[in-house]
Amino acid sequence: MDDTKRDGWKALIALAPAAIMLIIFTFFPIVNTFTMSLMDGFAPKDGAGIFAINNYGVFGFGAFKTVLTDPVFIDALLNTLILVVVSVPLTITIALLMAVGLNSIKKLQGLYQTIFFLPYVTNTIALGMVFGAMFGSEKTGLINEVLKIFGATPKNWTTQSALKWDSFWVIMIYTVWNGLAFKILVFMSGLQSIDKQYYDAAKIDGTSKARILWKITIPLLSPQILYISITSFIGAFKAYTGVISVFGRGAYDFGGAGDDWITVVGYIYKSMQNVAMEGAMSKAAAGAVVLLVIILIFTGIQNMVAKKRVHY
Amino acid sequence: MASDATYFLDEKSKKRYQRQRIAFNILTYTFLTLCALFMLIPFYYMIVTSLKDVETINTELSTHTIKLFPSFKNLTLQNYRIAIYGQEATPKTFAEGNFLRYFANTIFVAICSTAITVVTSVLSAFAFARLNFKGKNLLFTLLLSTMMIPGEMMIITNFNTIKSINWDNSYQALIITHAVSVFYIYYLRQTFQQIPNELFLAAKVDGYGVFKYLWKVMIPIAMPTIVTIIILCVMGSWNAYMWPTMILSSNSPLKLVANGLMDSFTALNGTSTSDYLRELGYSIPDGLNAIKLAGSFMVTLPLFIFFLIFRKYIMRGVSRSGIKG
Repeated sequence: MDDTKRDGWKALIALAPAAIMLIIFTFFPIVNTFTMSLMDGFAPKDGAGIFAINNYGVFGFGAFKTVLTDPVFIDALLNTLILVVVSVPLTITIALLMAVGLNSIKKLQGLYQTIFFLPYVTNTIALGMVFGAMFGSEKTGLINEVLKIFGATPKNWTTQSALKWDSFWVIMIYTVWNGLAFKILVFMSGLQSIDKQYYDAAKIDGTSKARILWKITIPLLSPQILYISITSFIGAFKAYTGVISVFGRGAYDFGGAGDDWITVVGYIYKSMQNVAMEGAMSKAAAGAVVLLVIILIFTGIQNMVAKKRVHY
Repeated sequence: MASDATYFLDEKSKKRYQRQRIAFNILTYTFLTLCALFMLIPFYYMIVTSLKDVETINTELSTHTIKLFPSFKNLTLQNYRIAIYGQEATPKTFAEGNFLRYFANTIFVAICSTAITVVTSVLSAFAFARLNFKGKNLLFTLLLSTMMIPGEMMIITNFNTIKSINWDNSYQALIITHAVSVFYIYYLRQTFQQIPNELFLAAKVDGYGVFKYLWKVMIPIAMPTIVTIIILCVMGSWNAYMWPTMILSSNSPLKLVANGLMDSFTALNGTSTSDYLRELGYSIPDGLNAIKLAGSFMVTLPLFIFFLIFRKYIMRGVSRSGIKG
């Protein structure tokens, strides 16, 4: 027990630098933003008020009411849900197939693995702009060129006159492309730790490849699949950069003429743009709290499923 | 490997098995090659488009076609020059914030924030892994619980904080808010905890204090983890987009590469730059893709080089740490 006393001041020295910054930029903001969301009509006084409580003493659920009845927020929520529900299962399935394929070959494995990892080491904005250009307007773009071979008419995919469900494909394909690398890497490390004996036993029994995948590989990979699905769901709920970058018209343009693909995070940032406006920051804060609640619910559900389905 | 398992199969099933395997291999390689193409096409398209000269671009626009393999004489670096300096008549200087400045900014911010992150993470991970103090577990749990909270919660207040101390449009604001990370503290603590206790006792016998032990023993052993943290930090700075966009004004020379790239093309209409580009023969907006992609490629290339040099560290680090969705 005397050890406890002896290390006390040393611990203080070691923790101080991180603690000071964490208190100012992490702990205080969490409490403050939460308070802000519960302040009716919060507005920082000439940009100088950091303490939510000092700026406006009226507690209330006004900001939540405003946000939850704001058609733009409902739109953002729906858009985010659509992106999550489509992109996450799709990316995980493709990544799983690619990892299994990659794991089953010997020649060129390193080369393929490096190629598959490339999207991870890119800049999201830069590559989003490349996808934006690949689809582009009806006059340009690789994809329109390919579609013409199949007799389809060229489309405006990312311009202001683009239809919402045309832009959807651009966002989706970019999201999948961008998300595969990390998942493949995690699945690969999981696959490599599976005992070869299972596969040898299956071979002796003459089990088909599909059955091996379904009955051996996927169950034994379930911890990685769970981990990946939790992180991807959380990541996908925070979709933002991937969306604005394919349109490439700045931080607050979500496609089409009227922000077709605004997401929850996009809504938060867009509200923050009008800092000085009364209630704008409360709106952003309430949006962030709603996002937090959604993420917590999803993580909870996944943990419940995990207890039943995951083999450790 | 397969022959081991098929060793005691009869001749017929062995043959069937081999046939199956060949078919399966063909299928696998085809699938993987298609996937590799899917991964690589955007990069190829980026490079090829960024090198096309104005005539090629305009022919493509008027005939509605895309030249995927333009002839060598139609390639130019003009798009890169425009992406870096803007207008030729009044090129943007380093001080005004041209693309080269954005690179310098990003490197500077990356170095500073990485250095501070490493110091703060090492020290606090060390406290959690090695030192005894009151409330250690409670504090650690508190730290971990913040990892679930979306960054937007912090950004909203941090934005106000930075404005209220007049740090907007400053390097400090870009650096300090990203100079500590709960995740890296957690990640490094894991590594530190794997170091056997015997080493510490032995060092104690040799008269080492705890900080000397950290410096002489723990840090060298944990070096691979620290390198991973450094790499991930640098990549984080290179990718930073929203925070710089928020705290820097639209004409700030302090932009980082990502928001510099985006902003170069957002407010183009009606400016003298757009007149200048029209004079050069670019049609706006469709003809600007080449310049955009020249910018994109410049932003992508340094990370690629970085990746090729540190490939093993990056891939191992990412798979072990599991960051980014």
